[in-house]
Amino acid sequence: MELNGAEIIVQSLQKEGVDHIFGYPGGAVLHIYDALEAQDEILHVLVRHEQGAAHAADGYARASGKPGVVLVTSGPGITNAVTGIATAFMDSIPMVVISGQVPSPLIGNDAFQEVDAVGITRSCVKHNFLIKDINDITSVIKKAFHIATTGRPGPVLIDIPKDVTIARIKEPKFPEKVHMRSYNPQVIAGANSIEKAVSLITTAKQPIIYSGGGTVIGNAHNELREFVNILGFPITQTLMGLGAFPATNELSLGMLGMHGTYEANMAMHDSDCVIAVGARFDDRVTAALDKFCPNAKIIHMDIDPSSISKNVPVDVAIVGDVKQTLQELNKALKGKTTFDISPWWKQINDWRKVDSLAYKKKAGVIKPQTVIEALYEVTNGKAIVTSDVGQHQMWAAQYYQFDEPRLWINSGGLGTMGFGLPAAMGAKLARPDLDVACVTGEGSIQMMLQELSTMLQYHTPVKIVNLNNRYLGMVRQWQEFFYEKRYAMSYMDALPDFVKLAQSYGHEGILIEKESDLMPGLKEAFAMKDKTVFLDILTDQTENVFPMIPSGAGHNEMLLGGRDEMKSTNDEGLNLV
Amino acid sequence: MRHIISVLLENEFGALSRVAGLFSARGFNIESLTVAPTNDPTLSRMTIVSMGDDAIIEQIIKQTNKLVDVVKVSDLTAEKHIERELLLLKVSVEPSNQADIDRIIDEHGCKIVDVSENTYTIELAGQGAHVDSLIEEFEKSDVSNILEVARTGVTGVSQG
Ligand SMILES: Cc1cc2nc3c(=O)[nH]c(=O)nc-3n(C[C@H](O)[C@H](O)[C@H](O)COP(=O)(O)OP(=O)(O)OC[C@H]3O[C@@H](n4cnc5c(N)ncnc54)[C@H](O)[C@@H]3O)c2cc1C
Ligand SMILES: Cc1ncc(C[n+]2csc(CCOP(=O)(O)OP(=O)(O)O)c2C)c(N)n1
Ligand SMILES: [Mg+2]
Repeated sequence: MELNGAEIIVQSLQKEGVDHIFGYPGGAVLHIYDALEAQDEILHVLVRHEQGAAHAADGYARASGKPGVVLVTSGPGITNAVTGIATAFMDSIPMVVISGQVPSPLIGNDAFQEVDAVGITRSCVKHNFLIKDINDITSVIKKAFHIATTGRPGPVLIDIPKDVTIARIKEPKFPEKVHMRSYNPQVIAGANSIEKAVSLITTAKQPIIYSGGGTVIGNAHNELREFVNILGFPITQTLMGLGAFPATNELSLGMLGMHGTYEANMAMHDSDCVIAVGARFDDRVTAALDKFCPNAKIIHMDIDPSSISKNVPVDVAIVGDVKQTLQELNKALKGKTTFDISPWWKQINDWRKVDSLAYKKKAGVIKPQTVIEALYEVTNGKAIVTSDVGQHQMWAAQYYQFDEPRLWINSGGLGTMGFGLPAAMGAKLARPDLDVACVTGEGSIQMMLQELSTMLQYHTPVKIVNLNNRYLGMVRQWQEFFYEKRYAMSYMDALPDFVKLAQSYGHEGILIEKESDLMPGLKEAFAMKDKTVFLDILTDQTENVFPMIPSGAGHNEMLLGGRDEMKSTNDEGLNLV
Repeated sequence: MRHIISVLLENEFGALSRVAGLFSARGFNIESLTVAPTNDPTLSRMTIVSMGDDAIIEQIIKQTNKLVDVVKVSDLTAEKHIERELLLLKVSVEPSNQADIDRIIDEHGCKIVDVSENTYTIELAGQGAHVDSLIEEFEKSDVSNILEVARTGVTGVSQG
């Protein structure tokens, strides 16, 4: 049978098992849209802005573990999507983006809606392709999905000129397998490194497991749980790892890093053996590198060799898929005796008594932390929670106890305001069986508001929990601490009436101004199963996120809420953002 | 330390800019970069000279290896290797300095590949340092004016 390029693209996507595409049409992709319209295996979700498409596909991917798929037109279509692609790239999320391109003979001529999509995205994709020949479509799409989903996952862009979608060929061949001599990620760890790790682990007196997003991305939560339980070691998780190990488990010390708990950061600082599992020693986590884990031997498991010894030199590197690595380690560790670490646990339990997440309520104001605790209670800790970026993101991470992976969905690496709402929509499409909440701030939500319209069209009921502090709170906090309270441009004036706004999009809106209305409001919202509800919650305007490691300080130099005064930071510290 | 990094990569659209882009995006320094297809026309060999301490070179190698088009990366300076660079140097010639120029050319084992009324174009293939020293010699002495310098950048292979 003769097929045109567009039909071949759509069939290739079907063969990859794609069930949702997030996209927006335009001249260069009209043929592809025509081919999509003629089938019903794949649901196309028409977003309202291409950045929303990329974030929604990203949310879909994080919630389901499957790659997210995006379709955008040339020129402004792809440039609008770039922020979303970069967001996925920084957090290693599998995604395939198809962008239309001007017809091949016009490439390079400044044609209408031409941008060099491959050039623009090069540094924020795992790989990209420009298809010049219709005969390459099937193999390139196969490769794109393979690259996006294997090794360290990431977004892959395929740029397709319009003439390639129009051309026709007889009997296209759809390859079953991919072979690439230049791309073979190391999945199985070397036995030697496993042995070395076992010997460090079994002789550690003050060990800590520092686990990250790799355990979620690599679906290794069961192996991680077994590993922690065999050893009985304390575990702390990064912002991206939350849920892989249950937060409510006795062995969990909560999150580490800039806004991590006292016990997690102190244990990192004093540890003699840090076991990093699918984490990348990000600067939010390590704090000042010269003060990082001064006494520890470090074991690092990661699938990406370039993550290893990038920021912190390590003693034992275990390159491979964390799921398989942990299986090997668990096998090797069973029956082995480890050190009696009860003195270490006693020390940790003393640190726990500091109760670093305690906060004082004030009469007449709603504390943002209270909102998250209430959200946790109303959803029994079982909802998918997406978030935007700012203080509300940190509070969500600190006060919602994630016991399962893929429930917590946020932009950690790029920190993209505007991520939360479209990601919630994508997550709801991936997991219609779960409640989905989007924790946001009045600043962030306004960056992708238009997706409220998409959410109505595709019936994706989400509860929007807007921690409305009338400030770009995270910016205001830094200005309070480091810029002598000069609040340059962190105050949000002329805010819309969010309740009316939600209503105008056909959703429900609830304004909450008193703490006594909080639980009833949340319950009412979650009772409306098939509705998107915008909860506009006026929270304490000047609350800050604690604990906090100021820039330039070490893990043992945390500031605690209501107890410590912020010391001013030197220029070197300010440099560190 | 100066390192010569040899990269075998798919001879595909955009492969060169991926490597060059990686170096600039990550702030790695490039002293020179050469690239050409190998005997297998689907593969190119790229040779990059870069400066950096061990940790930086390790990252350069790992990050380059991570590029999907890259088949193999090696640090030639970590083993016994041969390096060569081609120089074409155009200098001014007058009757008064011709003998001196000839002497320098002799000492360095260069060839004259083009002669005009008052210029010589000199060819030298040698190690980067040798090429440097020839240019330096012309620059330092008052023998002649350098009119143009064209260097290919270093390429290399492991020994044995
Ligand atoms: C306002 C703000 C504040 C923040 N504060 C904090 C904070 O206090 N604490 C904190 O932790 N973070 C914080 N972050 C997030 C931070 O910026 C980083 O995104 C985060 O710390 C990185 O998490 P990670 O190390 O788990 O790595 P990820 O980005 O999740 O990377 C995963 C790692 O696992 C590897 N990997 C992937 N798949 C596999 C596999 N199958 N097998 C083996 N390895 C694999 C990857 O190669 C990579 O190295 C903050 C972000 C923002 C926006
Ligand atoms: C697109 C984008 N622009 C700017 C920033 C810098 N930034 C980080 S947090 C923040 C404030 C967020 O304000 P809001 O959404 O109201 O959340 P809050 O901190 O008040 O909870 C800003 C401006 C960012 N992360 N993303
Ligand atoms: Mg705010």
